[in-house]
Amino acid sequence: MKMPGLVYRGVRNIDGPLVFLDGIDGVAYDELVNIVAPNGEQRLGKVLDVTSHAAVVQVFGGTDGLSPADTRARFLGHPLEVPVSRDMLGRVFDGLGRPKDGLPLPLCKERRDINGLPINPYAREYPRDFIQTGISAIDVMNTLVRGQKLPIFSGNGLPHNRIAAQIARQAKLLNEKVDFAIVFAAMGVKNDVARFFIDSFEKSGTLHKVAMFLSLADDPSVERMITPRSALTLAEYLAYDEGMHVLVIITDMANYCEALREIATARGEIPSRKGYPGYLYSDLASMYERAGRLANGTGSVTQIPILTMPNDDISHPIPDLTGYITEGQIVLERDMSQRGIYPPVAGLPSLSRLMKDGIGKGRTREDHPHVASQLFAAYSRVKDIRSLASVIGEEELSPTDKLYMQFGKAFEEKFLAQGEFEDRTIEQSLALAWEMLHILPRSELLRVSEEELQQHYDTLTDASVVEKITQDAQ
Amino acid sequence: MQNATEHTGIITRVNGPIVEARGMEYAGMQEVVEVGELRLMGEIIKVRNGVATIQVYENTTGLRPGEAVHCTGRPLSVLLGPGLLGTIYDGIQRPLQRIAEVDGPLLLRGEKVPPIDFTKSWHFKPLCKPGDSLAPGHPFGEVQETQSILHSILCPPKVSGTIQTIVPEGDYDGNTTVCTIRQEDGTLQDLTMYQWWPVRVPRPVQEREPLLEPLLTGLRVVDAFFPIAKGGASAIPGGFGTGKTMTQQALAKWCDAQIIVYIGCGERGNEMTEVLREFPQLKDPRTGRSLMERTILIANTSNMPVAAREVSIYTGITLAEYYRDMGYDVAIMADSTSRWAEALRELSGRLEEMPADEGFPAYLPAKLAGFYERAGKVTNLRGTIGTVSVIGAVSPPGGDFSEPVTQHTSRFIRCFWALDRDLANARHYPAISWLNSYSEYLVEVAQWWKSKDHEWKTNRGELMELLQKETSLQQIAKLVGPDALPDSQRLVLLIADFIKNAFLQQNSFDEVDMYCSPEKTTWMMRLLVKFNHRAQALIQKGASLGEINSLEHLPRLLRMKSEIPNHDTAKMAELEQAISSDLDALERRLNS
Repeated sequence: MKMPGLVYRGVRNIDGPLVFLDGIDGVAYDELVNIVAPNGEQRLGKVLDVTSHAAVVQVFGGTDGLSPADTRARFLGHPLEVPVSRDMLGRVFDGLGRPKDGLPLPLCKERRDINGLPINPYAREYPRDFIQTGISAIDVMNTLVRGQKLPIFSGNGLPHNRIAAQIARQAKLLNEKVDFAIVFAAMGVKNDVARFFIDSFEKSGTLHKVAMFLSLADDPSVERMITPRSALTLAEYLAYDEGMHVLVIITDMANYCEALREIATARGEIPSRKGYPGYLYSDLASMYERAGRLANGTGSVTQIPILTMPNDDISHPIPDLTGYITEGQIVLERDMSQRGIYPPVAGLPSLSRLMKDGIGKGRTREDHPHVASQLFAAYSRVKDIRSLASVIGEEELSPTDKLYMQFGKAFEEKFLAQGEFEDRTIEQSLALAWEMLHILPRSELLRVSEEELQQHYDTLTDASVVEKITQDAQ
Repeated sequence: MQNATEHTGIITRVNGPIVEARGMEYAGMQEVVEVGELRLMGEIIKVRNGVATIQVYENTTGLRPGEAVHCTGRPLSVLLGPGLLGTIYDGIQRPLQRIAEVDGPLLLRGEKVPPIDFTKSWHFKPLCKPGDSLAPGHPFGEVQETQSILHSILCPPKVSGTIQTIVPEGDYDGNTTVCTIRQEDGTLQDLTMYQWWPVRVPRPVQEREPLLEPLLTGLRVVDAFFPIAKGGASAIPGGFGTGKTMTQQALAKWCDAQIIVYIGCGERGNEMTEVLREFPQLKDPRTGRSLMERTILIANTSNMPVAAREVSIYTGITLAEYYRDMGYDVAIMADSTSRWAEALRELSGRLEEMPADEGFPAYLPAKLAGFYERAGKVTNLRGTIGTVSVIGAVSPPGGDFSEPVTQHTSRFIRCFWALDRDLANARHYPAISWLNSYSEYLVEVAQWWKSKDHEWKTNRGELMELLQKETSLQQIAKLVGPDALPDSQRLVLLIADFIKNAFLQQNSFDEVDMYCSPEKTTWMMRLLVKFNHRAQALIQKGASLGEINSLEHLPRLLRMKSEIPNHDTAKMAELEQAISSDLDALERRLNS
């Protein structure tokens, strides 16, 4: 049976990040393995496949320098675990939860299996608490709620990191004073990106409540498989055991998926789309689903994963499968970014699925759902009219269509665009939304009710809007 | 569970959810086994030379070769009887509420809680007396399961005989023998209120019936344009964010089936929680009772083990068939069948089977066909009519309908509600495309609608034609601008816009609009068609589009979906009158 500590010497095959061991006994599936390289260096790995006498082990530290004859393996008798403790906030770790900032490991009462356990759907609490991010494009149109998983679909060169940092800086609840703890996981990103986040947290004075798990571009790619899970294990501990509200920022999921593909290919698995394994969906879900609230607990885990869409293609398997699991997506648009609009949140493809229950009467404001719906409808009309205008010329448009063009421009430049350090309240954002809608004739606004029109549309005079807009322009 | 005749084997390999064990010569295909020290539940899917391949329904972390595998001698089955309604199960019918009470908020492994609490008493009313003969599928008693659902206690399909003893009316728990029958071969069989049934075997029926009645859904685009029949099968394909789940939930809330089985197959945990929190608050528009009382939830969320996902839709449909056998109309929502197909693919990959299209196994179409064929309208064994309607969501990668799951599914269903990304982007919900969807049940259910409104079919045809015309006009308008079109064609664009915004689009958060009765649907169709006729005639007479667009009561036509309650026909008639007098006034002006 189980004999932790027994050291096996010699491996049969080494292939990419995988090591094939023979002549072993009593090894468990998913068990942690300590691989000792010929030069004495220790690396961790886990069992991917096991029979009565052989096992396939995935080595997190990479297989460089391992030789078939002189490699030793010690099975540790438990799956991969990370230490968890409140004192891990304010610290920097590697993907496996080992300190990277030169300080000793904080005192931890326990270690937890990084795979966690699925939450019983019956024991979940449906997330409904509006988080004000201070960004109009998110608050009004794609509302984030506490316990949601809302990814940012971005592309290389787009300001996803700045947006994530802004959310982390400004996130607050309307009727409750909470400090969000932040767990940050970086997989395969460049050192400067990690540096940017550290600086940003430092400047806003929040570094002491941030725990960072960094597995950077020059770390072994297999470690990226573990990094988000380590981070989420800590986040779950902080939320469900310590009752904290945790914001988890994970970047970049594309690098994670590539690491997954690397392992799958090395194992000779049958690939599905674009060479990614058939279980990419389940695998991503096992992480994204680790967000939420418990019915009888105070804490929450809110996830903001960032992924760069290869070639800005939203139908690529990574964003596609992510969109099927997460509760919406914030899509960034290159075209808007080029025009200097920050944040370049694409109006139409962005979506927050949990928005409907987090907004409205008693949560944000009664007219919020209708205003959001009206903005979407009007902006979608703008897109149609723009493509028409590109054919027949703007001059030929009908008067109403011209107003839509005007609305579209104002909507992008005044409403969506804002400063990186500008923190708008939801009231301000909604007032701005009504100013935008006021550009359109009253009869076009079918998605808002008559009373709302009376209360918010009729009280604005054309003059006051023009004045406001010119003021803003100055 | 343990007894002397129990067979055991030894694990030889663990690869994710697939486990191999030797010494399994006595194990049968599809038999349930308990794997390892934790006794994880699994099912045998292959036996070769005494080595059985087992798919395990729970996470296999920590399992090692050398541990034992225990056979149970029965195929994977669900427990049927009173107490199913209003509960939430996982994919293998474990009650999640009681597991939460025992284990806390996280799902531990190897948990074995019976699907139904046997200690709970139900008020049993016998329907037979000693000496009566009892045929398979016939009721021998009944229990009021919820206020609106009378639960017939049925004789299991393969059992029949003469009743020896039956208990008098009273409260009995699940362990009590309520009836004893002497079978034809002379043996005595004890019956409780509960029976087991293997999930992969369809429950037998007497005969299949033609589908003539629509399943009313309260969604106008479905009821009026692409109706589904009671007992029919339908698919909702759509990329992410196009509103599959929202549509499924709306159907589960308002469709006129008596029992709903909602399967969350590989989807989000929060969505199941939403249904759990929301349904008890909502009232069934027909019975006035809480919606949860008629609903059974099956949750295999995307982070729960993948093998149990494969089973979850069979679990769901077996529960549906059981209520069908009592004579109820049952609707089952499977969200999403693509996750189920992907679970098949994942298991097939681990078994190292030869893949067909995009890595899916070659038997995918056969499995899909087997599932959708379990829908239907039948004369059940007791001689009453019952239906199972299946509505399956499909999640095609990249929203591309040419992928294998969508393609194979569309071969086995007759109603296809294609969700459209552009409609969803404009927040036009339900985003069911009127160009790509179809329903083959149209001919069958037209007769039923005729009894509501004898012009239903022509009205539907006319509205559809307007939308088709609009599409081709839009293509011209995109080149020359809509203003270059003549007024008669611009009127088509305008009215198509009305149809889209005032009729097809439906707000599921609006108290009035969330559910639309068939009466109101036919009224609205009639109003729009009539308006189109009159307006076209006026344009011919020389009226301008501007004049028509500025009619005084037109905004009321556009808001009728949310401003006129479902059964207020008087208000509908009044609106018709108002619009008509507006048009009359315009006509008089033109004539003078």
